[in-house]
Amino acid sequence: MQKLYKPLLFSVSLIPFGVLIYNGFRDNLTANPIEYITHYTGDWTLYFLLITLSITPLRNLTGKLIFTCFRRMLGLFAFFYACLHFLTYFVLDQYFDFNAIIEDIIDRPYITVGFTAFVLLIPLAVTSTKKMISRLGSNWQRLHKLIYVITTLAILHYLWLVKADTTLPITFALIFSVLMTLRLPWAKNVKKFFISEIQPSSH
Amino acid sequence: MLIKTPSDIKSSEITSKSTYLSRRKFLKTSINTGIVGSGLLLAGNTNAATLNDIRKSRYSTLEEELTDFEDITTYNNFYEFGTAKEDPVKYSGGFNPKPWSITVDGECNKPGEIGLEDLIKPHRLEERIYRLRCVEAWSMVVPWVGIPLGNVLKRFEPSSNAKYVAFTTVFRPDEMPGQRSRVLQWPYREGLRIDEAMNPLTILAVGIYGEELLNQSGAPIRLVVPWKYGYKSIKSIVKISFVEDEPRTSWNDSAPKEYGFYSNVNPNRNHPRWSQKKERRIGEFLKRDTLMFNGYADQVASMYEGMNLLKYH
Repeated sequence: MQKLYKPLLFSVSLIPFGVLIYNGFRDNLTANPIEYITHYTGDWTLYFLLITLSITPLRNLTGKLIFTCFRRMLGLFAFFYACLHFLTYFVLDQYFDFNAIIEDIIDRPYITVGFTAFVLLIPLAVTSTKKMISRLGSNWQRLHKLIYVITTLAILHYLWLVKADTTLPITFALIFSVLMTLRLPWAKNVKKFFISEIQPSSH
Repeated sequence: MLIKTPSDIKSSEITSKSTYLSRRKFLKTSINTGIVGSGLLLAGNTNAATLNDIRKSRYSTLEEELTDFEDITTYNNFYEFGTAKEDPVKYSGGFNPKPWSITVDGECNKPGEIGLEDLIKPHRLEERIYRLRCVEAWSMVVPWVGIPLGNVLKRFEPSSNAKYVAFTTVFRPDEMPGQRSRVLQWPYREGLRIDEAMNPLTILAVGIYGEELLNQSGAPIRLVVPWKYGYKSIKSIVKISFVEDEPRTSWNDSAPKEYGFYSNVNPNRNHPRWSQKKERRIGEFLKRDTLMFNGYADQVASMYEGMNLLKYH
């Protein structure tokens, strides 16, 4: 099962990137392509963070352990899109203007939190290999709880960027809080409810 | 079955793309070489109404390359039609700017409601090529067609109590889907000090590239104040009021620390969202330095002498 699904999921996760490249070649990235690419890669970073965070609740609710096998890969795709997002800012938007970048990080709260979120993702990506997992032992779990902080910062980054229309960042925040709530102990009752609904008791 | 609503049809799908593009290029070169106002040349080529008898203006910014018509009319901030840049072109199809009238009231001797044609008729249309600087740190160069606001205002004989001019955008949630959500306080309001309104650079625009304004650009009539951030240039105006006190404005109400009443383009003021030091000209890759008063300091700086422009931002 795993051997079949993993490459499939890998390919599917690359589709947003492919679509971006395709639209780039068709000159279909609006009048302000750099802004478009920045927003697009930022959106997909958030999507992948939330998809990654939905794996544990999915496993708990369905009791199917197979979901956990995809979690690392999805997290790495969040990092992949975050890298594209950061590189777009660093190269295309600011064109290596370090002074402007440092000023942005200090003076603009949405960039302060966005940049922090990106930096915090790096140790998670670095420790995502099987070797590192076994080397870090129980510390690995503890370290990777950073994803909660990162996602919070990423949503704040979006919320503080928008001028007036907070619909999307608020939606992300709501989804995130649902995913967090499902991690609380009471969620086990939800699981029982689900399991009994899904699997009719044997006679 | 997929039923396309009219707003789903891009103009590029109606006219073939190559015709469309060559026409834009033609417009662009004809404007650069001085063949403006020769509307007949274009007749029959398009459904968009061409404006006639446009004279050139010494106030135009001539040293800049014009932004493409397609970019000007597909990349817009016009929250009445949605908050994404591509929303105005997508969702403004149901807006009907004809017939149109404007109410002028407040501190003046001749208040009243006036039809758009009667408002424009006594004036000669002028082409005004201006830089447009958005607070989001992008900019364009737009060949507007319009009339000086000051000349229009004088006809209503403002009194000495008229210290400011307040403007209001039309409120039609049925035709403007963005007005159905409360991202800003509708209707959109803007304002100028009376000397800013009377400054010869300030115009009421009715067209772009020699054609009537499209809905997404603020049809049928909008303000253009080239030394201020774009949101000061209020679109689809239905009301102009002469007032004694500084009027409230939509973006200032929404975030007073970010969007001051004056909102003069100022590279020295630190903004919490976008550095104002540089800007990206639409169509260009590298950013360029933003100029004080968007490059119009010679014509407007004297109005602000002695004012702390960081405080009165």
